[in-house]
Amino acid sequence: MVDSKLVLAGQTIAYTCYVLAIMALVAWFAYRVTREGKPGGVRPGWFWSFVSLLVVIGVSLHLITYNTIPWVALDLHRGSAQPDTTITIAVAEHRFQLPADRIVIPCGRHVLFRVTSADLTYGFGLFREDHTMVFQMQVVPGHDNDLLWEFDRAGVYSIRSTEYSGPAGYQMVVPDAVEVVCPTGNAAAPTSDAEATP
Amino acid sequence: MTFLATLMNGEQAAFKPASLTPMQKLTLRFVVVGLVCYAVVVIEGMIMRLHEVTPVPTIQTEQFFAIMTAHPLVGIFGSTYSIVCGAFLFLVPFLMKKPLWSITLGNWTCALLGIGTLTFWGAGFLSEYAPLYTLYWPLPADFTQFSLWGGTFFIVGIALAMVGTICFVINIFKTITYTPEGWDRQPAGALLASALGITAVKNFFVRRKTEHLVPLPVAAIARGTVDTAFNSAVILGTGVLILVYMVAALLGIDLRRSAVDALLYKNWFWWGLDLVADGLVLIFVAGTWYLLATLITGKKLFMENIARAALLVELVVSWTVWSHHLLSDQGQPAVLKVVSGEMVTAFELITQGLAFFITLATLWSARPLKMTYPLRFLLGGLLGFALAVPAGIMQADVGLNRILHNTQWVVGPHVHVAVLVGLTMTLYSAIYLLLPMLTNGAKLYSDKLATFHFWAHLLGGIGMGAFMGMAGLQGMLRRTLYTDGEYRVFMILAALCGTLLLLAFLAFFLNIVMTLGVKGVLGIFTPAKVRTKDLLPVEA
Ligand code: HEM
Repeated sequence: MVDSKLVLAGQTIAYTCYVLAIMALVAWFAYRVTREGKPGGVRPGWFWSFVSLLVVIGVSLHLITYNTIPWVALDLHRGSAQPDTTITIAVAEHRFQLPADRIVIPCGRHVLFRVTSADLTYGFGLFREDHTMVFQMQVVPGHDNDLLWEFDRAGVYSIRSTEYSGPAGYQMVVPDAVEVVCPTGNAAAPTSDAEATP
Repeated sequence: MTFLATLMNGEQAAFKPASLTPMQKLTLRFVVVGLVCYAVVVIEGMIMRLHEVTPVPTIQTEQFFAIMTAHPLVGIFGSTYSIVCGAFLFLVPFLMKKPLWSITLGNWTCALLGIGTLTFWGAGFLSEYAPLYTLYWPLPADFTQFSLWGGTFFIVGIALAMVGTICFVINIFKTITYTPEGWDRQPAGALLASALGITAVKNFFVRRKTEHLVPLPVAAIARGTVDTAFNSAVILGTGVLILVYMVAALLGIDLRRSAVDALLYKNWFWWGLDLVADGLVLIFVAGTWYLLATLITGKKLFMENIARAALLVELVVSWTVWSHHLLSDQGQPAVLKVVSGEMVTAFELITQGLAFFITLATLWSARPLKMTYPLRFLLGGLLGFALAVPAGIMQADVGLNRILHNTQWVVGPHVHVAVLVGLTMTLYSAIYLLLPMLTNGAKLYSDKLATFHFWAHLLGGIGMGAFMGMAGLQGMLRRTLYTDGEYRVFMILAALCGTLLLLAFLAFFLNIVMTLGVKGVLGIFTPAKVRTKDLLPVEA
């Protein structure tokens, strides 16, 4: 599965190019609008072409992401999917209760994270060692909050609550809580207390 | 004139509060309340900015989150609502060429927005009540974390601001439809139909078109006001719900918090709250752009009929996009995520894009234009939304939301760029344009300060959004604290840009005070000497 870091890199490049282009356009407009120009104003053809462009962008953005970001289909159809592994986590009183000190996950498996809250709304996010985010979801009390994911590279990840749950919530971090191991991976051999159970 | 004399009497002593009509005073009162609240927001914003660079020892974590709770609410209800209500209570009568329905009710709106803001701000400041503006259930009723009394006053403050807003809604619709004393009977139904867009829809299906009875900016104001009304009702309803839990707790009764379904509540609350961000703000802003463009150029609006239709589409769209706030809620039905969260939300790119194009095309048709302050700030406002709307469309995607939700990306390139660059610069454009009319020709104190205000605000706003966004893309969450300096470089750069915003505001504030003089500003709050319902004095 494509790593979320790659998706973010793509987004960064696309948005940066757009920002530079639109700033240049508005600067050019600001300069030209103060100069003498041909009378007659803007032709409606330009307007309709612009509208068409917006429609194409609006429609194609989600089609492109649906077809290129692998977790979208996985997520939308997770109700009918059969996970290889389920990891159940409970949250209460601003603390994560994990099934083990370090959860070990093999590469290439469909892992379902099922997180429940006994009191407040929290968040559940997985973060790389360089603090970048792998994924997150909301953890709403009284509901099943589950997320299906597939890891394709070895690594050690931290868990962090991604939703505000009161002033104590910012401390809801469990460093190095998840380890992904791949047969040919470069991560350290598992030092786990428990392997995620199918 | 010496600096001190100008400070007291205003530039060339040109501003004479005694010459103001009650309507001019009303509008200027709103502006003063709005600017004072904005000052509070900037100061709070800067406190948070510094705390995010490195935790300030004198600020406790509870205080930090109490500030974060008050900051956007003071910004939206205290500052933006005040300026918008003041401007529209003046512009609707101005454009409809008839007096405001009730100046007294207008003054009540101003007072309730001011007192309400002071109440919830004070309650948050004293009690550190900090559920943040999203009020996710059951956090606002979690009395193990928050003070019960503090919370009660906080919610009462919000309710007061909402009652003030409802007074505004009534005043706007009454002004559009009523018959002033001595006038021929006004066609109230037809006026309302034109304002709400029903005439436009009818015209679409019939050969003989009915004439539009209200000007386009009034139609925009009316449609945005519909969202304002719904939003106030939802926030008031939520406030009552929370108050029920609070009063019960005060009486020693512990209501079961789980009786409220947290996800259903979240849907209800975001439906209402989103009417601000994706409803009234976008509609009001588009209407203001159109008005500013026609006033600056003196020309007819480009593609006026399409603009009218787009405003109606925007209104309907604003009722159906709330699910883009719940794309990371796994209990939310997938169909709602895709249809409401992604597809309908994408319409906002189209409607806001149209407003952008129509405004630019109208300006273009009047070349060459002088680069006045209203034009500069208008272009800044257009750029702000051109940057912030696509940023929002990107996060309103099932795939990207998984890695963007609740990161600094959301509050940086989307929220703050939309609010500070898009909305605030549009409001500044209106203030610079209307100032001479509202003050009977007061002279702007300094062009240098106004130019500095523009550049510092533009660069500060875009820069702060950009650095927050970069941190967000590196995984930095919003609404949290990092104590090990994980994102320090981005936060230092964001704080420098925040400082530019602060300096920009100080320059603007000084310029306005020196323009009107301290005596002039105080004079705005004394009762009007001129007795008239007219907007402007006869000789002006
Ligand atoms: C002018 C200078 C401003 C500065 C320096 C500033 C700074 C900040 C900071 C540091 C945060 C916290 C971000 C986080 O870590 O989650 C924040 C949040 C926020 N601000 Fe501002 N801000 C400013 C103006 C405004 C204005 C004018 C508004 C609205 C009218 C606004 C609306 C918000 C909102 C909605 C949030 C999110 C709060 C939450 O997550 O609950 N800000 N601001």
